[in-house]
Amino acid sequence: MAEVKLHGRWYSPFPYRVIWALKLKGISYEYIEEDLSNKSPLLLQYNPVHKKIPVLVHSGKPICESMIIIEYIEEKWPQTPLLPSDPYERAKARFWVKFVEEKAPAFWSLYRSTGEEQKKALKDSSETLKIVEEQGLGEKKFFGGDSIGIVDIAFGAIAHWFGVFEEIVEVKVLEAHAFPRLHAWKVNFEEVPVIKENLPDRDKMLDHFKKRRIESLSASQ
Amino acid sequence: MGEVKVIGASLSSFCCRIEWALKLKGVEYEYIKEDLRNKSPILLQYNPVHKKIPVLVHNGKPVAESLVILEYIDETWQENPLLPKDPLEKSTARFWARFVDEKCIVSAWDACRAEEHEKERAVESAQESLGMIDKLIEGKKFFGGETIGFLDLVVGSLPNWLKFLEELGGIKLVDAEKFPSFHEWSKKFVEIPIIKEKIPMPDDLINYFTTSGLAKTIRGSALANNK
Repeated sequence: MAEVKLHGRWYSPFPYRVIWALKLKGISYEYIEEDLSNKSPLLLQYNPVHKKIPVLVHSGKPICESMIIIEYIEEKWPQTPLLPSDPYERAKARFWVKFVEEKAPAFWSLYRSTGEEQKKALKDSSETLKIVEEQGLGEKKFFGGDSIGIVDIAFGAIAHWFGVFEEIVEVKVLEAHAFPRLHAWKVNFEEVPVIKENLPDRDKMLDHFKKRRIESLSASQ
Repeated sequence: MGEVKVIGASLSSFCCRIEWALKLKGVEYEYIKEDLRNKSPILLQYNPVHKKIPVLVHNGKPVAESLVILEYIDETWQENPLLPKDPLEKSTARFWARFVDEKCIVSAWDACRAEEHEKERAVESAQESLGMIDKLIEGKKFFGGETIGFLDLVVGSLPNWLKFLEELGGIKLVDAEKFPSFHEWSKKFVEIPIIKEKIPMPDDLINYFTTSGLAKTIRGSALANNK
């Protein structure tokens, strides 16, 4: 199969979703690190609308938006399916992907804000976790059932980065006593070999996001 | 192929997408009108997460979120396919559908609701997004090609909603000169019988918002301020 390239940024959760999908399906690809403070002409050419990563380039044709990329990958490389085959189950999976995508800003907000705004982010993210745990995950080990699927990938990225943010702002939300099933899910998810072996270095992440938080909070004063 | 119900509201741009899709595929369905000011137990049962319409109920199983429902309809009833077959083209259609919902519709509402001093910038931002849709349809009959498809249904009632938002917010967002291709497409689209049968009309939207008192609750509303 023709060449596959992925444009990403090491500290962004979104390219990791794509990396996990590619690795789970055993697809070879070339990874291109983008400097988001100095976007390459190639990135601007491939994603003129949003100018963001990730961008998957397959045989020279770009696909943008992480979850749209994953649906593309799913169709081109059907091995190790990430979506169920039944249309109703697929619709449920897509519903939850959309849900977590829509609610993600509250998780980033916990890290980006302070005071009242942070309190609101704490409340919003807790509410989202409750809904995801009770109505999305239920009694299953993974959102995909016995093995990880598209919802695990979508939410897994958010949850992992959220864990880093919780550590930085010293606020714990996704705790075992509050969200037992979701907490267990996160532990299991991060133990899946493809996931475990494809996460950015935690110390590097903590360092990077701590610095960024200080910079952005002082800039907004 | 089983019992199909659509829980919806006639003025919703998200609901009409679903009805158009079912009609295009010749699928019979029962339409259940929902009063959004007094949500029914059925809606709360079928969409407990968002409590919103539209909801498609197929053989008792509910599907929510209009774009998710469209894909479900396309996968369940194969006649008159909505999405392109080619995976790359499909990705492009999905990309623009998200853009319409997340950028065009949102920025148009923002422009409508903007305070006086922010209005110009908000209108510019909305027009920037709409300009991309105009460029996308340039030289094409429909977003789906020779016949309407997924993206046509998604963009669908946007022209009428924009006319409504223009009146509500006392702003100008689109015209034939600024967005000629979008204008041409919308003229053709609303003439298609299935579409014409059920599309939110600007006057009905204005009526609903003024008689329900909702217009007054919208900051920056020209209708509320009798401009």
